[in-house]
Amino acid sequence: MVHQYRQNGYNIVMDVDSGSVHVVDDITYDIISLYSDHTRSEIAEIVKEKYSSVSKDEILEAYSEVQALVDDGTLFTHDVVKDSIIDFSKRPNVVKALCLNIAHDCNLRCKYCFADEGAYHGQKRMLMPFEVGKQALDFLVASSGSRVNLEVDFFGGEPLMNWDVVKRLVEYGRSIEKEKNKKFRFTLTTNGVLLNDEIMDFCNREMKNVVLSIDGRKEVHDMMRPFPNGSGSYDTIIPKIREFARRREELGLEYYVRGTYTHHNTDFSKDVLSLADMGFHEISVEPVVAPPEMDYAITEDDVPKLLSEYDALAAEMVKRYKTDREFNFFHFMIDLTGGPCVYKRLSGCGSGTEYLAVTPDGDLYPCHQFVGNKDFLMGNVWDGIKNTELRDTFKSCNVYSKPACDDCFARYYCSGGCQANAYNFTGSVNGQYEIGCILQRKRIESAIMIKAAEADIDGEEDQEGK
Amino acid sequence: MKHIKSLSTRKLQNTVKTGGCGECQTSCQCTVGNQSCEH
Repeated sequence: MVHQYRQNGYNIVMDVDSGSVHVVDDITYDIISLYSDHTRSEIAEIVKEKYSSVSKDEILEAYSEVQALVDDGTLFTHDVVKDSIIDFSKRPNVVKALCLNIAHDCNLRCKYCFADEGAYHGQKRMLMPFEVGKQALDFLVASSGSRVNLEVDFFGGEPLMNWDVVKRLVEYGRSIEKEKNKKFRFTLTTNGVLLNDEIMDFCNREMKNVVLSIDGRKEVHDMMRPFPNGSGSYDTIIPKIREFARRREELGLEYYVRGTYTHHNTDFSKDVLSLADMGFHEISVEPVVAPPEMDYAITEDDVPKLLSEYDALAAEMVKRYKTDREFNFFHFMIDLTGGPCVYKRLSGCGSGTEYLAVTPDGDLYPCHQFVGNKDFLMGNVWDGIKNTELRDTFKSCNVYSKPACDDCFARYYCSGGCQANAYNFTGSVNGQYEIGCILQRKRIESAIMIKAAEADIDGEEDQEGK
Repeated sequence: MKHIKSLSTRKLQNTVKTGGCGECQTSCQCTVGNQSCEH
């Protein structure tokens, strides 16, 4: 399958099944669009008619270049994986990542929180006891087979409300790494309210990544992320997360500032740039996932505006490339030359199989977005997975199990999308959340366009250096 | 090439035989699109 599009002055051709990507001139763009249904001489005639000033020799030269890519297996390739090679249901049952809901409580009352303001849908507010967390780590080690790299994310609610247990669990994990031949990758997601020097120092020693929640502009953030008394949290968190990000950058450590955009700020590129202009270099601002009846939910009418915002943001990032105002945007980061194998690309996040969420009392769910929905209770950290039927349902989730992915150019970059979003909008983990798909496709197109522009800028610099 | 600049000429189909070890990081919408192989 081939996908062609134009963006920001670039003609881009994606060969979906090989993963190859080409930037072409106008003549070649048209040749490729005609290639499957016309002969060489027909194409030459049609293209010549459109580009009267271009010689036939030049058109045939472009055709030869297209043919060379086809012969090389980087254009007009076919899906050689489907049906013949991968039986996802027979994958081994291995767990390699846990989301520890270390606190089902929160010191903010964010309006869009899928954790139901830290209470997780009727579950009582509680903090995870150390013994439950320790058992969760033991369960992870015991369930991880030969996998060496294991991941544990401290999540909530607000994990800093249970900070002592976080520290003890990290120390416990480190104490068993050598004996068990495992490497823990600890991460933390926080709203920043309780950050202090001691927490930052510990995280900078032990946390591979930290995610700091902020929505962008002050008025946007404060509208959606208030304290229980209704006052905004922006002024409280800003100095703390700026300092935390500064220290992480100084030490060469990963972090993200991460925001949510809603129906109320469809001009979200301004929030991204607001964060960038405050000095943050690793930024994610993502669409809210909410039932359509909520006043802040993204609607179909919002989509054209959102697509134009991604266009504008991508163009601005090109302008800032290699300047002191450059930054990374999570959804525009893409690896075109390396990246994971086809198995990973087809199966995605591994929720319900490789990745599980743990509640404060030790229950297991397919991922943090399913927590509290008893239909998705999978077991607990003492007895392991009890609902094997549910696990097998998730194990079979992949690009090929979702009909909407059949003719989608983005499938090897998005892996069929988010099971939780699909379930929330369609009632099936193999369903399609259509707005999510439209936005995802635009983000991938934009990410590749940025790569094309960066290659141009790099090329110009090389020329100047000669 | 005069008319085409390739940003990538990778062949994902070649990873069918070499892939599947599972050591790579869990992704969520890193995403699959930007993560690394950690084989």
